[in-house]
Amino acid sequence: MPRTLTINGQEISARSDQTILEAAQDANIRIPTLCHLDGLTDVGACRMCLVEVTGSNKLLPACTTRVQEGMEVRTDTERLRAYRRQIIELLFAERNHVCAVCVANGHCELQNAAIAVGMDHVRYDYIFPRLSVDLSHERFGMDHNRCILCTRCVRACDQLEGAHTIDVMGRGAKSLIIRDMNVPWGESTTCTSCGKCVMACPTGALFKQGSTVAEMVHDAEKLAFLKAARERKVWNV
Amino acid sequence: MNLEELNALATSERLAQAKKRHHIHVCVGTACQALNSEQIAKALQAELKQRGQRNDAEVKCVGCPGLCSLGPLVEVESRVNGQATTGVPEEDRRRSVLYQFVKPEDAAEIIAHLDGEPVKRLETPLDQPFFTRQTKIVLENCGKIDPERIEDYIAAGGYQALMKVLTEMTPQEVIDEITRSGLRGRGGAGFPTGLKWGTVAKADPNAYPTNVPEGIQSRKFVICNGDEGDPGAFMDRSVMEGDPHRILEGMAIAAYAVGANHGFIYVRAEYPLAVKRLRTAIRQAQRAGLLGSGIGGTAFSFNVDIRLGAGAFVCGEETALMASIEGGRGTPRPRPPFPAECGLWGCPTLINNVETLANVPPIIMKGAAWFAGIGTEKSKGTKVFALTGQVAHTGLIEVPMGISLREIVFDIGGGIPGGRQFKAVQTGGPSGGCIPAQFLDMPVDYESLAKVGSIMGSGGMIVMDDSTDMVEVARFFMEFCMDESCGKCIPCRAGTVQMHRILTKIQEGKATQRDIQILEELCDMVKHTSLCGLGQSAPNPVISTLRYFREEYEKKVNGGQRPEAGSQKSVVSGQKSELEVGSRESESSKPTAHSS
Repeated sequence: MPRTLTINGQEISARSDQTILEAAQDANIRIPTLCHLDGLTDVGACRMCLVEVTGSNKLLPACTTRVQEGMEVRTDTERLRAYRRQIIELLFAERNHVCAVCVANGHCELQNAAIAVGMDHVRYDYIFPRLSVDLSHERFGMDHNRCILCTRCVRACDQLEGAHTIDVMGRGAKSLIIRDMNVPWGESTTCTSCGKCVMACPTGALFKQGSTVAEMVHDAEKLAFLKAARERKVWNV
Repeated sequence: MNLEELNALATSERLAQAKKRHHIHVCVGTACQALNSEQIAKALQAELKQRGQRNDAEVKCVGCPGLCSLGPLVEVESRVNGQATTGVPEEDRRRSVLYQFVKPEDAAEIIAHLDGEPVKRLETPLDQPFFTRQTKIVLENCGKIDPERIEDYIAAGGYQALMKVLTEMTPQEVIDEITRSGLRGRGGAGFPTGLKWGTVAKADPNAYPTNVPEGIQSRKFVICNGDEGDPGAFMDRSVMEGDPHRILEGMAIAAYAVGANHGFIYVRAEYPLAVKRLRTAIRQAQRAGLLGSGIGGTAFSFNVDIRLGAGAFVCGEETALMASIEGGRGTPRPRPPFPAECGLWGCPTLINNVETLANVPPIIMKGAAWFAGIGTEKSKGTKVFALTGQVAHTGLIEVPMGISLREIVFDIGGGIPGGRQFKAVQTGGPSGGCIPAQFLDMPVDYESLAKVGSIMGSGGMIVMDDSTDMVEVARFFMEFCMDESCGKCIPCRAGTVQMHRILTKIQEGKATQRDIQILEELCDMVKHTSLCGLGQSAPNPVISTLRYFREEYEKKVNGGQRPEAGSQKSVVSGQKSELEVGSRESESSKPTAHSS
């Protein structure tokens, strides 16, 4: 069943099983995201894609909210822009995101999001927690200081590779991405070294060993390709 | 057990109890037990045994009668006239005496005074407002029955409501009755219970992909949320400890109404006594045929399992709670879909709070109209509050909705001790707000509390006197939320950390007006963008203290240099706060547990 709705005043049509985000993408309307990745299930965690919907007193995540007939969605109000900028600032203050010395400089979704929201400085105190860098794997590395806990690696490992090597330990600001029962990556007995987590990572937290500043280019689109290939036998390159 | 067997058991138990002239109730709730009340019960029993002729008295371990600040509590209920005969005497004059601060060595004196005058030195009046101003529905059995004996619950009319529902009512009639009663969820948000039941009853178990573990036959579930985590709150714990069968009965009725055959009670592992008594209750109910298959001789079957929380506050949030029961990390997920459509293992699931379910059997027995006659227009029935803080009588109270805060604090609570003045009352725990003195005469119901920037919450009520530092209160609750944030969504995970930092900076005298502005912006953002109720309500203590006690914040920033620092008065207050700032700094230089 097709649905018609408006996004920022523009009339668009969508399938009833589509989310606001998918419908917007089809209509070339950009809604900022961080934890969303085509090919993985959505968790509504980063709150970057929150939109205003007429008749709802709450802001709704575009990635997990299904379209409805006659829905009036606004994706770019002043209030939403202010919230998104605050969220990005919170992420920059939370761990250590110094772009100039980061392997993902120039290829980083967090950096792109900061540019998009016009973040020219951070209002909050930098926390700079003391976090480790795991280089025990022969091909990949993980720098927890650059991690934004979007859990894209967790979902890629679970849903696409099926190994579920990666998960989250602890809670709140102390949350940490771990392998198996918190063993060094190189000692994980379930990791297949497939590298899908590295592809999924939006920042410089997961990288190929040997990459230096600005060299780490993630290949996130490959995951959506892989999902389509496996589930629908479609090999669109 | 069918209805006749249930009635027979109730009668024989009542007869047995009527043979005793003195009923000595010893509170073995967590608070009194921590004060050695089990030893008191043993000492009283030993004393009775020693005086062989005293077999007309019995010692019973009971749940919390409420007045925890005077514990350990022992209540002696005596028949003044007439000897026990074969039947239950109708017109007996009963005398109740409540003893406070009882020690095991007081046992001999209490027993010796059973027939004569009460022991004056231990007695506390039962006609004080703490008792007379309460209306007990949920807590009617707490402090009266032995929570570890199903017979005692049955003698008090227990499981009659379940039998009535199973033999006389259709599921729809049960839902209609609950809807008419106006009962709203007691976990905090106040969602109409009947509406929730109706939604689960109508939900299609095949609407979403399901993944129910082998061995569980049910395709709909009932969950009792006993993950009570608000600092200073112990309402649900007391019900689970003092009257566990009532929760099972409420769950079974709910399960019949919505078409579920399996239920879970999710209890925090920090409540070992509640877990033990619930386990005992489930075992007894199964043995009596009041849980399991073919309940009461009907075709209805319902099983209950207990799941223990591993110490995460966020698991009180329903989607996180279900994730925890499923064996995953306790993190919430976006709603919709709501649990009523897609809950535990993808099945339609009814989640109700302990107190909500405990209200169900009396509504079935006494009728929706009776329940709807108590309380206010939109908030029906009673609410249990855990009254703590700077108040004379701390403990557990149950009051009709619509009672004023003043009655709770000054009549029931006995006012502020130490000659101090009332400053504020905090309701709703870390999700609630601080209500200042100007609203003392406001009725306590869902809407009124929301209007002044707080929430009903699950029922924690912390009274604060004029010595309380409101910024510190806000900082305490923010620290709690920061520690308990699951970390899934960014606003709650990182926002609480920054808000806590700013509040700490204010307390250390290092903050500026700009920090207050940033704090307010963060409050607004975290409230409106967080994924679940924890984050959405985490700023409430800050917002409400900024709203009503802003001058306390202002005094602490910039060494008291306020924008309007021209007038004589504010210069004086500015000097004063500089002194305060100085003393705070010296305090804060001490290492604290949190300074890591």
